[in-house]
Amino acid sequence: MSLSPENVKQVAHLARLELADDQVGPIAEKLSNILAMVDQLSGANTQGVTPMAHPLDMHQRLRPDAVSEPDRREAFQAIAPEVDNGLYLVPKVIE
Amino acid sequence: MHTLSIKELSDGLRAKKFSSRELTEHFLKRIDAHDGQINSYITVTAERALKQADAADARLARDGAHLLTGIPLAQKDIFCTLGVRTSCASKMLDSFIAPYDATIVQKLHLDAGMVMLGKCNMDEFAMGSSNETSHYGAVKNPWDLERVPGGSSGGSVAAVAAGLAPVATATDTGGSIRQPASLTGLTGIKPTYGRVSRFGMIAFASSLDQAGVVARTAEDAAYVLQAMSGFDPLDSTSIERPVDDLVAGLGDSIKGLKIGLPKEYFADGLADGVRDKVMAAVKTLEGLGAVISEVSLPNSPLSVPTYYVVAPAEASSNLARFDGVRYGHRADGVKTLEQLYKRSRGEGFGAEVQRRIMVGTYVLSHGYYDAYYLQAQKVRKLIYEDFKRAFEGVDLLLGPTATDVAFRLGANADDPVAMYLNDIYTIAANLAGIPAMSVNCGFVDGLPVGLQLMGNFFSEAKLLNVAHQFQQATDFHRQTPAAFA
Amino acid sequence: MAYDTTTWEVVIGLEVHCQLLTHSKIFSGAATAYGAAPNTQADGVTLGLPGVLPVLNKTALEYAVKFGLAIDAKIAERCVFARKHYFYPDLPKGYQISQYELPIVYEGHLDVELDGADGKQVKRIGITRAHMEEDAGKSLHEGYVGQSGIDLNRAGTPLIEIVSEPDIRSAAEAVAYLKKLHQLVVYLGVCDGNMQEGSFRCDANVSVRKRGETKFGTRTETKNVNSFRYVEKAIEFEIERQIDVIESGGRIVQETRLFDPGTGETRSMRTKEDANDYRYFPDPDLLPVVVTAADIERVRATMPELPEAKKARFIEQYQLPAYDAWVLTSEQALADYYEQVVRESKAEAKLCANWVITDLLGGLNKAGKSIAESPIDAIQLAGMIARIADKTISGKIAKDVFEAMMAGEGSADDIIQAKGLVQITDESAIVAVIDEIMAKNPAQLEQFRSGKDKLFGFFVGQVMKATQGKANPDAVNRLLKEKLSG
Repeated sequence: MSLSPENVKQVAHLARLELADDQVGPIAEKLSNILAMVDQLSGANTQGVTPMAHPLDMHQRLRPDAVSEPDRREAFQAIAPEVDNGLYLVPKVIE
Repeated sequence: MHTLSIKELSDGLRAKKFSSRELTEHFLKRIDAHDGQINSYITVTAERALKQADAADARLARDGAHLLTGIPLAQKDIFCTLGVRTSCASKMLDSFIAPYDATIVQKLHLDAGMVMLGKCNMDEFAMGSSNETSHYGAVKNPWDLERVPGGSSGGSVAAVAAGLAPVATATDTGGSIRQPASLTGLTGIKPTYGRVSRFGMIAFASSLDQAGVVARTAEDAAYVLQAMSGFDPLDSTSIERPVDDLVAGLGDSIKGLKIGLPKEYFADGLADGVRDKVMAAVKTLEGLGAVISEVSLPNSPLSVPTYYVVAPAEASSNLARFDGVRYGHRADGVKTLEQLYKRSRGEGFGAEVQRRIMVGTYVLSHGYYDAYYLQAQKVRKLIYEDFKRAFEGVDLLLGPTATDVAFRLGANADDPVAMYLNDIYTIAANLAGIPAMSVNCGFVDGLPVGLQLMGNFFSEAKLLNVAHQFQQATDFHRQTPAAFA
Repeated sequence: MAYDTTTWEVVIGLEVHCQLLTHSKIFSGAATAYGAAPNTQADGVTLGLPGVLPVLNKTALEYAVKFGLAIDAKIAERCVFARKHYFYPDLPKGYQISQYELPIVYEGHLDVELDGADGKQVKRIGITRAHMEEDAGKSLHEGYVGQSGIDLNRAGTPLIEIVSEPDIRSAAEAVAYLKKLHQLVVYLGVCDGNMQEGSFRCDANVSVRKRGETKFGTRTETKNVNSFRYVEKAIEFEIERQIDVIESGGRIVQETRLFDPGTGETRSMRTKEDANDYRYFPDPDLLPVVVTAADIERVRATMPELPEAKKARFIEQYQLPAYDAWVLTSEQALADYYEQVVRESKAEAKLCANWVITDLLGGLNKAGKSIAESPIDAIQLAGMIARIADKTISGKIAKDVFEAMMAGEGSADDIIQAKGLVQITDESAIVAVIDEIMAKNPAQLEQFRSGKDKLFGFFVGQVMKATQGKANPDAVNRLLKEKLSG
């Protein structure tokens, strides 16, 4: 599978990564090489094989419904890029 | 003091041969003197270390000290440490002062009373096999400063190999403990998936990530891994099962132990020098009574492609949270939301991390999911079943950890696929979730060679004992790089 | 309906987001209370700090199962959480933990009562699935220029998203279905149902097609319709818009639309072309959720009596007309109130029903209050009805006592005492009053006795007036008849 510059731009947009125009070509080439290596998988016979999402044959543990986390807004917002009156600020959200 | 084992350090502290403060100061001085050459630490937490050392000395003077109390340790900078920068070697987290402690940080420092010397360098977000992707610069191999220490736990191994820490934590997603341990002559163990809590360990690929230890000896690793392991209610993937005693069995004979050599691990692509050292080690173990046989893991060649679907897919998702809104790097002067995301992430992540995010985004996207991700999950199952079948006949598997000794800095810089193939022998254990470790088994041209041991689920004690028996019979682990004696 | 229902058929499916009434979040121990100061209920997991991990809330799972049982659905023995990816400031991790291929609840249904040509009809609406997921935070736009403020308190609140089959054929049906669903989740105690606070939110998928066509038309999804009235308006607007587009030769675009309560119209938010590629995959931080038969039975044991069953029981046990039973069981709290009134007053069940339905609900409605906010509690109302039953006061006097109670003037007994409203049951006292009135009104007496029966009412009125309404009406009637007939 080889990726076109258009594919790369589309993927970069989905992943919200800004790419300079002159990066797109070289990245397309490297990603294509990686996908070519990965394409070996298509040759594997996996008929009837159950996909394995996880090494553990366990099921989800449940926690009791209790409030255990105190308000730590001050500590958490001390590391935030921009806050005001307890709110995280971002450029305007347009719906 | 920097060549003593954990046991000797513990005994020395108890016998008051030295205090934890003296021990800590010794290591801090060594870091100061030598780390400029190898760049193994991102952050040295000297002041905090001395405070912890004083507290440890006070605890040692009372009853109730842990065997590890007062012993210094270096943390890979992937573990969140309350009040200390936790960067994951990324510009994205250059200003991130963690507001909480990882579970293993709690266990090692608050519970056991170990002293944290600082935070070790690594590949950015643990993505790399050479420690060249760090925002804070490459780490050098103490055995040859022109060469890489391996990755992603390159800072952890370099610090221990150079005597800048007695022991260090590390993490392993596709070989990030074992490959660097191999390249720097250390003992490194990745336990069974779920054995050590992932809470507070910045995620790369959640279903593969597992924390462990790099140390000079299997015995040292056993002490520290023992203290790190155990059930954590904050991690849904943590295993609710008591931790075996990893130290008690270290004297056991390995007579009759069945060791399998997967033939795929000795095929083309393995450097002759490495093959020779590994086969010599097999002879040594045979001499100790182990029974050797050849086995097959037929799907091994598919482990690298499987990994490079699963790991980037999970990484692309795990790294979506770094958006410049609540913490981490935020680009200046952005006007729109889209600019905020794209520029903050474009500036904050390095090239390799961006590459993997894009691969992961692509394989998960509509129209490709079945061909890539689902197919990889199926092949993962085949790889897991290879191991299951192998462990029906043998107790452990043995092979090389890496295809060759440490390569030169920049050697694979422009060829990601060549770099990825460094992990060809280590990845399968992560995909299957089984424990595995690397032990120094000799030198080629003055560079260490690593032997890999893989065991069935929860066989850490057995693995550590085989490594320990091997180290009792050999002295490779006692060698130190001359420049850091 | 403004469109021609003989030509056009409307197809509606609803997606309801229902916040589960847990104390803590779905994957962490942060509080879920509404209205807290911004970000004070956003812990490390909610904020998506590096390294944090989710652990599933047991009660959230049980509530989802409880809902599934109530709609007669299948409960998945094994269900999986998946990550749904998109970038948005109110979504801290860059993905929402939801369920995709394997939801917890599937293949259920709800029977909805509709007004048909020949009275009430029951229609069964299929429920495709109900899956667990985490809520997002909120973006606030007021008070900032060119910026938005993000409050993540709501992020991580457990939700079930309830997806109906496209079985709904009109805005009225949609509203009936939603009301029924709302009643059910509140009854179950799994949701507080507060639509103003966003605890119960609806998205409507609407399409139209010519009658007789077998394929569905292109649908639009209208978001942000958060009251029953808005749902009706939004759907009606959308039906007419779509028919207009098609009739004027256009095509419907598959898109997401936003309802504007101000104009009563919907407008395009985004089309399918720029829809997100959500890149769902199983969340590797969470393991498959296993629900055993024993788990299901444990949840079943906690199921309350549901509206249908309660209504049937009210008809049977209290001998109530269907209408009364329907009103009284419309809300769990109301039904409980009524049953307490019957129990405490020991009065006739129908009498209690009349007071609760006509007087209490009427009064509360006028005051804009819910049953929980009633100034008269069930024990107080029972106390008053008991005074009617034991003939301390008449039904007529009771109306005044009730008004005084609504105004907060105290218990029925206090008010009866203070106002001297005790009924006159002493027959000799009533006879004395009758005698006096007969003496005062000889002309009317004469007319009555000569056959003008209608004047009986006049005499009753005079007696009641003279006794300020306190004379026992039965006694007055009987004694008057005796005396007047001479």
